[in-house]
Amino acid sequence: MTDQAYNFAYLDEQTKRMIRRAILKGIAVPGYQVPFASREMPMPYGWGTGGVQVTAACLVPEDRLKVIDQGADDTTNAVSIRKFFQRTAGVEVTEATAAATLIQTRHRIPETPLTRGQILVYQVPIPEPLRFLEPRETETRKMHELEEYGLMHVKLYEDIARHGQIATSYDYPVKVEGRYVMAPSPIPKFDNPKLSGNPAIQLFGAGREQRIYALPPYTSAVSLDFDDHPFQASKAPHHCDLCGAKNSYLDEVITDDHGGRMFVCSDTDYCAGRRAAGQKGRLWSPEPQEAAP
Amino acid sequence: MTLMETMVATDRPLLKVEGLTKGYGPRIGCAGVTFDLWPGEVLGIVGESGSGKSTLLSCLAGHLRPDLGSIHYDGRDVLAMGETERRCLGRTDWAYVHQNPRDGLRMGVSAGGNVGERLMAIGARHYGEIRGKAVAWMDRVEIAADRVDDRPSAFSGGMQQRLQIARNLVTSPRLVFMDEPTGGLDVSVQARLLDLMRGLVRDLGLSVVIVTHDLAVVRLLAHRLMVMKSGHVVEQGLTDQVLDDPQHSYTQLLVSSVLQV
Repeated sequence: MTDQAYNFAYLDEQTKRMIRRAILKGIAVPGYQVPFASREMPMPYGWGTGGVQVTAACLVPEDRLKVIDQGADDTTNAVSIRKFFQRTAGVEVTEATAAATLIQTRHRIPETPLTRGQILVYQVPIPEPLRFLEPRETETRKMHELEEYGLMHVKLYEDIARHGQIATSYDYPVKVEGRYVMAPSPIPKFDNPKLSGNPAIQLFGAGREQRIYALPPYTSAVSLDFDDHPFQASKAPHHCDLCGAKNSYLDEVITDDHGGRMFVCSDTDYCAGRRAAGQKGRLWSPEPQEAAP
Repeated sequence: MTLMETMVATDRPLLKVEGLTKGYGPRIGCAGVTFDLWPGEVLGIVGESGSGKSTLLSCLAGHLRPDLGSIHYDGRDVLAMGETERRCLGRTDWAYVHQNPRDGLRMGVSAGGNVGERLMAIGARHYGEIRGKAVAWMDRVEIAADRVDDRPSAFSGGMQQRLQIARNLVTSPRLVFMDEPTGGLDVSVQARLLDLMRGLVRDLGLSVVIVTHDLAVVRLLAHRLMVMKSGHVVEQGLTDQVLDDPQHSYTQLLVSSVLQV
């Protein structure tokens, strides 16, 4: 049921028009942060106000929406945003990655490969990859303009000097089409290879910072590294305890007070799909039961 | 080729400055400054506070845009250059040593990262080589190799200043701007730093413009000297000549006001 007090997808048409122009510019210049007049949304900053505005501007009544938070469909952030669009836009929602036409995500790329025609919207807390190295906005803009990205490698150098390896494990900077260095939002670096050459349109919205940027389909995004310390997409060295998947990104779940823990796929749709297809992990049993001691 | 031969062999100045003028509204920053700097030469600029030394240095290094005059570096017009080119020059061929090392260093980044930054800015992408060069340069400015992963905030003032010098010289610049490099250091540390700088300037054949109010520093380092007062150059010549036989009344005052121990 649609709440008739709102325009379709909450935002008024002029605002959506403004956001679409920013998105088009972002797609025309991959990796470039386009400023836009971010609106107050009925949720706090940090809950995905940027992503929600981009989603609102892209939604059409025929869309099927999927919302994930750290890969899961059933966590607070995902549920509240999904409900928000069900109420204000009345679009269909789904949990199946393959069935969705528009996916808003917080900090993960779904394990199921995306296809042509899909749109992936990221929620971005800090769009500026150079921010913690250079606090001045005027200076970081100048650095993007002149392609002065040496500082980004200073950060990676510091990682190796201090930890013996590149310890940055999320929000790992990428260079887009050999030009702009971009923050891929805090996705684990395990997901970085999926950014590059992806058939879906990838849009990034930062509400508080008022920036939109984009990766058009099949755009190259190279993770920065050193010749003698190459980029490695890392994950926990385990299999999923529910579905037995070897190659999916895992969450560690503490199960009791005695050091018991299990690893499960962070992508709930992928995990459930594998279980439905008969795959079994170490701790999976079809009937609900008490957690193993 | 020795340094003197290099100097003789080149027939054009590295830096050619003509009629450089910068005002702050109705007040004069510096006015009508003209000089040539030759490869391998060290030029000292002395004068009291407010005499326009730092304004002049900022104009030369491209931090401020002068109102009038021209600056040519190696035959190229610096003021006509695009910003990309000027900034590229600023991190390869030029170096700028700040008075306060905290302005020239990244205090949150390890010493090795500080020295390596300019290398990475010009495209070095091999961690081992960058680190090796950083350690070699730290050794050259007498900082122990085991301090390579410490942050500059854990260094003494003298070490910070030496680290700043290493960070600037790692890309083998030809022209170095120094703004009061020994300010704020005690005399024994100053002496060591001066000794080190003199050695580096000689070994690397650097051209240096050094701004200071300390006549002892220019006596030791500078080949030539410019004395500034109220934005104007009142006297210039060979360092020893100017200091031993000052002609202008202000220079005479400056020389005579040095404290003797």
